[in-house]
Amino acid sequence: MDMHVKKLGLKEKYAHMTRGLGWDTTYQPMEKVFPQATFEGIKIHDWEKWEDPFRLTMDAYWKYQAEKERKLYAVLDAFAQNNGHLGITDARYLSAIKLFLTGISPLEYVAHRGFAAAGRNFPGVGPRVACLMQSIDEVRHAQTQIHAISNYNKHYDGFHDFKHMLERVWYLSVPKSFFDDAFSAGPFEWMIAIGFSFEYVLTNLLFVPFMSGAAYNGDMATVTFGFSAQSDEARHMTLGLECIKFMLEQDPDNLPIVQKWIDKWAWRGIRVLSLVGMMMDYMLPKRVMSWKEAWEIYFEQNGGALFNDLARYGIKVPECLTQCSVDKEHISHQAWATFYQYGGAAAFHTWMPNDEEMDWLSAKYPNTFDKYYRPRFTYWREQAEQGNRFYSNTLPMLCQVCQIPMLFTEPDDPTQICYRESEYKGEKYHTCSDGCKHIFDDEPEKYIQAWLPVHQIYQGNCFNEGVDPTAEGFDPLAEVLKWYHLEHGKDNLDYEGSRDQQNFQAWRGMATQNT
Amino acid sequence: MSKVFIAFQTNEDTRPIIEAILADNPHAVLDEQPAMVKIDAEGELVIKRESIEELIGRDFDLQELQVNLITISGHLDEDDDQFKLSWLN
Repeated sequence: MDMHVKKLGLKEKYAHMTRGLGWDTTYQPMEKVFPQATFEGIKIHDWEKWEDPFRLTMDAYWKYQAEKERKLYAVLDAFAQNNGHLGITDARYLSAIKLFLTGISPLEYVAHRGFAAAGRNFPGVGPRVACLMQSIDEVRHAQTQIHAISNYNKHYDGFHDFKHMLERVWYLSVPKSFFDDAFSAGPFEWMIAIGFSFEYVLTNLLFVPFMSGAAYNGDMATVTFGFSAQSDEARHMTLGLECIKFMLEQDPDNLPIVQKWIDKWAWRGIRVLSLVGMMMDYMLPKRVMSWKEAWEIYFEQNGGALFNDLARYGIKVPECLTQCSVDKEHISHQAWATFYQYGGAAAFHTWMPNDEEMDWLSAKYPNTFDKYYRPRFTYWREQAEQGNRFYSNTLPMLCQVCQIPMLFTEPDDPTQICYRESEYKGEKYHTCSDGCKHIFDDEPEKYIQAWLPVHQIYQGNCFNEGVDPTAEGFDPLAEVLKWYHLEHGKDNLDYEGSRDQQNFQAWRGMATQNT
Repeated sequence: MSKVFIAFQTNEDTRPIIEAILADNPHAVLDEQPAMVKIDAEGELVIKRESIEELIGRDFDLQELQVNLITISGHLDEDDDQFKLSWLN
């Protein structure tokens, strides 16, 4: 008797373990069980047409994810056991990682919730299984990154209260509002916002050059959680792309809706990435590539290939991209200049580049750095050396949509701050660009509800209980920092003279000398 | 034709995988970066299970690629024997 049992092929296994697990409800009609599947206007005729190109099933998922976790924690343990934090290039690097771990990592958790919700809300079993996996991936990323925070928090300032800060601090509202905006939309828009725009078009720019940068700067822990997270992103990108194709193939009426979301979320994502641009050009002591170069490889070339491909469905390249080819020469310098000035209210340290770094910036940005930014930065550095380190004691006005301070310039004039104005129900609202104004004007009812951290300070909502703003000698910024749980003189201000700088030097000295 | 790409962590697991990809795709270009290896190719890139198995001397499941995978670009089609990335336009 032939006892040989043939193993299922990948395609058959996928069919059994996704499609085979679905059923139509009978006690309640399907439209009542899946009430969010239709209100956005997306028409789906046949969910069976959805295919996950990885054909990953839950049994294989657990197996490979467990292996990734074992590899990751082996490295994190080694990093902690061997004082890996002393192997980084210099302690300025820590500010980059503070911004990443406090600004981006908590959003992994929001992504976990969002994909759990999307998985619940899609009637099709293919996307439900894929969203379930992504939801578990995202909570894994949140956990591993919080473990990375914990290792750094033992030694350095600014890592101590990321959750509290995320909900309050002015610049952390930039990435937070991106995810809030997506999560408060319907499941299809969520998939475009996160699955397509963030994962497919933009995560390469977030993780790949930045994690290579971490490798260059000796931060093994970050490289490892970064690449481990990124290994899931390949699957997430594929899900995002699959979702776009699926919507476009299901019904021609979906095209204008999908196009509107692509335009919106490409611009929203690009705005968030200004923070990454600044990290790459200014905050990594050892640079790996400039923001502009990363943009050209991962956005212009790779995004270009994607939009060429989607053209067969009638998708057009988002209009905002014309502005981006101008902006790529400016945004990192403008963002860093802003953080330098408002360094009193940031939970990381800021500094001006040294001569060698300025020369690198000139070489990478021959059209703009020497003309617009070097003179200003040189002046600030001279002032700091003379004991006049400049700090602005207020906070800047924020864009109603992306929540980035009004710091970017007009596309045709890099010396003029850009802002746009809209009116809604008799109130004026300001946005930072044509892209954000367009988004605001399309859904004003949504964006007038934005919790803008700086506006909230002026409304008196950002002080601890019992603080009296009318009292004699009231110092608003000092009170806001207390409310942020940000310790003045430790977490903020210039890198020069900071506790991070002193401790890193002392500890590295202890690691290499006997006295 | 547009370029597709795939990137892996640089380690002992991926060394034979990369060798197999380069042998099977003569038009592919290797780009070694800090801690990662990226392979770019015009139009399409095919990773074959058999070629990897020959180099490592054991059975290989293409889904094992995911452990060390960093990123991909292009439409993916994966079955038991090959992992293919391509652009249709």
